[in-house]
Amino acid sequence: MRPLPVLAEGRLEQGFSETKPAYNQAEAITEANRCLYCEDAPCIKACPTGIDIPTFIRKIATENTTGAARTILRENLLGYSCARVCPVEVLCAGACVYNAWERPPIQIGRLQRFATETTLSQTPMSSLFARKPSTGKRVALIGSGPASIAAAGLLAMEGHKAVIFERKSVPGGLNTLGIAPYKLKGNDALQEIQWIMDLGDIELRCGVEITQDDNDHSATKVSAQSLLRDFDAVFLGLGLGADSRLGALDEDGPGVYGAVELIEKIKSDPAFSLTHVSHAIVVGGGNTAIDIAHELALLGVSDVSMVYRRGTQDMSAYEHELDYGRKHGVRVMANRVVTGFVRDADNKLIGAQIARAENGRAVEGTEETVAAQIAAIAIGQSRATELATRFEGVTLDSKGRVVVDPITHRTGNARVWAGGDCVNGGKEVVNAAQEAKLAVRDMLNALAAS
Amino acid sequence: MADLSIDFCGVTSPNPFWLASAPPTNTGGQVMRAFDAGWGGAVWKTLGDPITNVSSRFGGIDYGSTRMMGLNNIELITDRPLDVNLREMYEVKKRYPKHTLVASLMVESRDNWRELIKKVQDVGSDLIELNFGCPHGMCERGMGSAVGSEPKVLEEITRWVVEEAKIPVIVKLTPNTGDINEPAEAAARGQAHAISLINTIKSLIGVDLERMVPNPRVGGQSTNGGYCGPAVKPIALFMLSQVAKNPTAKHLPISGIGGISNWRDAAEFIALGSTSVQVCTAVMHYGYRIVEDMIEGLSDFLDRKGMKSVNELRGRAVDSYVEWGELNLDYTIKAEINQKTCIGCNLCVTACMDGAHQCIHIPGRTHEESVKAGHYHIPEEIPALPVKIAGLPAGRFVPFVDEVECIGCNLCALVCPVPGTITMVERPGPIGHVETWNDRVAQGRDINPGALTSTLEARAKRNP
Ligand SMILES: Cc1cc2nc3c(=O)[nH]c(=O)nc-3n(C[C@H](O)[C@H](O)[C@H](O)COP(=O)(O)OP(=O)(O)OC[C@H]3O[C@@H](n4cnc5c(N)ncnc54)[C@H](O)[C@@H]3O)c2cc1C
Ligand SMILES: Cc1cc2nc3c(=O)[nH]c(=O)nc-3n(C[C@H](O)[C@H](O)[C@H](O)COP(=O)(O)O)c2cc1C
Ligand code: SF4
Ligand code: SF4
Ligand code: SF4
Repeated sequence: MRPLPVLAEGRLEQGFSETKPAYNQAEAITEANRCLYCEDAPCIKACPTGIDIPTFIRKIATENTTGAARTILRENLLGYSCARVCPVEVLCAGACVYNAWERPPIQIGRLQRFATETTLSQTPMSSLFARKPSTGKRVALIGSGPASIAAAGLLAMEGHKAVIFERKSVPGGLNTLGIAPYKLKGNDALQEIQWIMDLGDIELRCGVEITQDDNDHSATKVSAQSLLRDFDAVFLGLGLGADSRLGALDEDGPGVYGAVELIEKIKSDPAFSLTHVSHAIVVGGGNTAIDIAHELALLGVSDVSMVYRRGTQDMSAYEHELDYGRKHGVRVMANRVVTGFVRDADNKLIGAQIARAENGRAVEGTEETVAAQIAAIAIGQSRATELATRFEGVTLDSKGRVVVDPITHRTGNARVWAGGDCVNGGKEVVNAAQEAKLAVRDMLNALAAS
Repeated sequence: MADLSIDFCGVTSPNPFWLASAPPTNTGGQVMRAFDAGWGGAVWKTLGDPITNVSSRFGGIDYGSTRMMGLNNIELITDRPLDVNLREMYEVKKRYPKHTLVASLMVESRDNWRELIKKVQDVGSDLIELNFGCPHGMCERGMGSAVGSEPKVLEEITRWVVEEAKIPVIVKLTPNTGDINEPAEAAARGQAHAISLINTIKSLIGVDLERMVPNPRVGGQSTNGGYCGPAVKPIALFMLSQVAKNPTAKHLPISGIGGISNWRDAAEFIALGSTSVQVCTAVMHYGYRIVEDMIEGLSDFLDRKGMKSVNELRGRAVDSYVEWGELNLDYTIKAEINQKTCIGCNLCVTACMDGAHQCIHIPGRTHEESVKAGHYHIPEEIPALPVKIAGLPAGRFVPFVDEVECIGCNLCALVCPVPGTITMVERPGPIGHVETWNDRVAQGRDINPGALTSTLEARAKRNP
């Protein structure tokens, strides 16, 4: 197996410390022993992948750490990164019965990290789940984000060959390049991919884009059409597209970034630095907005303002993330809109025009100028799903999401499945893992029958 | 403030809290620090011909995150020269004349006993305790529990010592016997002045699975030891209750030992007939300082109960301890769940389903689903009580008890993590008046439907 690409040294993300550091065994056992081992536990129901949480926690308590990892990974092959990136406050831990008792819920994420990290750093995944003999069947997966990685692992376990096409030079999608570094760093996400590659015959082709043009056939471009010809099945793990633009005056030019684009720089570009930046503006009220605002604040930008066009109660960012961000200095400017950017004679960004807003719309004549050397636009990502329609029968809904059967995750094409952000419109890693699981379940039946 | 002082065989002690003969009473310095902390008495680490100990010596058993629920040791009696111990005992008694100093002894021959008794009396010991309990190392040499489990020998040695001694003699009993009444009666026949119990229970604490050697490990080997600590308290209380009710032995003062860690444990031992209590493991775990809570807690408890002295507490629970056949078969209780405090963990449900009588239901199920889940009796009315407490997802319900089927076993209340959420409430009984099994035996009604044919035949022959 070829070693995976790693991220270059000198990235800004390397300077972050972890919000929830790893437990050592004694800490894990102490926390595990708090778990009540509920019957029909609400935490299980709140986990999108349905991990048997009480069972894995009990196994940690009995020092059966490998068994705990097996219980986790059986339901969620990305159990390691999910342990670190899941918003447990609104998922499993949010449903823990301790909340009803007004006591701190079980730290399910940290326990899950302990079990998976401890086990996988010592034990190859293939010894947890026996490899099956090769079937000779081949599946192409477009994109190497969580959806495709989970699907590829599950397919490989069953003896199918999985070939992943990724247009970027590093695999992992947003899990490698988008997650806030205080949760998970890029190299840790890559480490997980390495662990999963051990499950069977998985080939990763980074730097190869799947295109709509039927004639494409090169080292860096492969046409969608050819996939159906060369493979027994196709999985679409396309994710979302580029950051949406605001459409404000003087937005184009240096200093104004899409939020995901900016996060990717922090996480992967050693040449990127913020030394000249003291003031930053983040436009948006969702989780991506609070993530980048929080990251900028932790990187030492002294004034970080989140500008949102409605009231704080309307923000879609999680309460707990907003709280963390605020604690580290993020300022929230609610009921404000950015109407334009201010640049100096050299076109360098020096500020933004901000107006008061009513019902999300700027009130004329209320503009003021706020200093900013950098701005991040976090108002959503466009769709990158047009490619999907190159497979006959695959359709998109009005919001540009790939249409699938909710149980089987099969598209309108009998040999094409899809999962992750390109289907759900942008949820979490854990949803991608679950959707991949559903898709592979159906794919296995189809491959066995073909 | 209630009076905590006690009179033990004519010896006055400032309070009933004594240190048991064990590592906490190894040296004079330790015992003096203990007295400073508030302990009323100390039973010195057993004296005899000094032995050689091994390392390691202790093994523990944890429960969940609670460490040392039980402790096992393979230590023997004192390993220090006799004259060193005696000098220190003399010093302690001189400096703490009001505190109770008990000399614990274990030797082989009658000459040994004679010599040692004189020596410990000379240094000012208030009482002598005969260690007939040590279950390891010493018993193989014909001492300790080898004596304690042989009533005839126990009686004989007790008699020698009592004849020889000028101070009262306590016999410390071993639990390693089929029936604790036998050694207790033997001690009484041998004219002992008091009984203390229990010493440690023969045990093997666990196995080191990496090395395949039991714990505690001495190189590549191990041996059985003596078990003590919180886990043994129920065994000690049972044995105490036997002695407290024993017609031959019940007149003897008792020093209760075994798993006592706090004032509440101590109060329970006293309520079952102990005059003083002895503590070892809890002190080994947390130090002498725990006595502060014991003194304060017991004193406040006595005040709360309107008792002026700890002596009023002694034996209060002895009479209500009866044999099974005397229990009222008509007494009926049913589990009741407090909907306001339930957190919806369903532990009561699973406990009752798998370990009791399948009568705690989850609302919101159809009749069919309930049958499929394993219920035999489906109540007519199923209340729909969603757990309302913030933080839990919708669709969770407070379980409810089907009183028709509930047998009042307590299991659900024991497993419920939220104290006070499941209570057992009294209901009218099925008989309507007090009736015991012994009543039924007396009336020849001690047979239930579904008995063996051979039993029924035997009955028919007996009363034609
Ligand atoms: C800033 C940010 C923070 C987030 N934080 C969290 C978090 O803390 N916790 C959490 O659970 N989730 C978080 N998420 C969401 C999470 O990252 C996504 O839900 C998840 O990564 C979706 O996985 P995916 O495989 O569907 O898509 P992606 O991760 O987007 O992967 C898609 C991949 O497909 C590749 N691709 C697309 N088209 C082609 C093509 N034509 N040819 C070749 N390759 C192609 C892309 O380059 C990309 O690598 C966050 C998202 C963002 C934007
Ligand atoms: C390490 C250790 C050594 C002991 N040594 C003696 C001893 O020398 N003589 C004795 O009579 N009992 C000895 N015991 C028993 C204690 O006195 C006491 O009876 C027993 O531990 C039960 O009390 P506990 O549960 O409070 O520990 C020893 C106990 C331990 C743990
Ligand atoms: S709800 Fe909480 S206490 Fe109950 S099993 Fe889940 S994690 Fe454990
Ligand atoms: S007391 Fe026993 S039988 Fe009754 S509900 Fe509780 S567990 Fe079930
Ligand atoms: S065990 Fe207690 S808290 Fe849990 S569901 Fe039953 S009554 Fe409620």
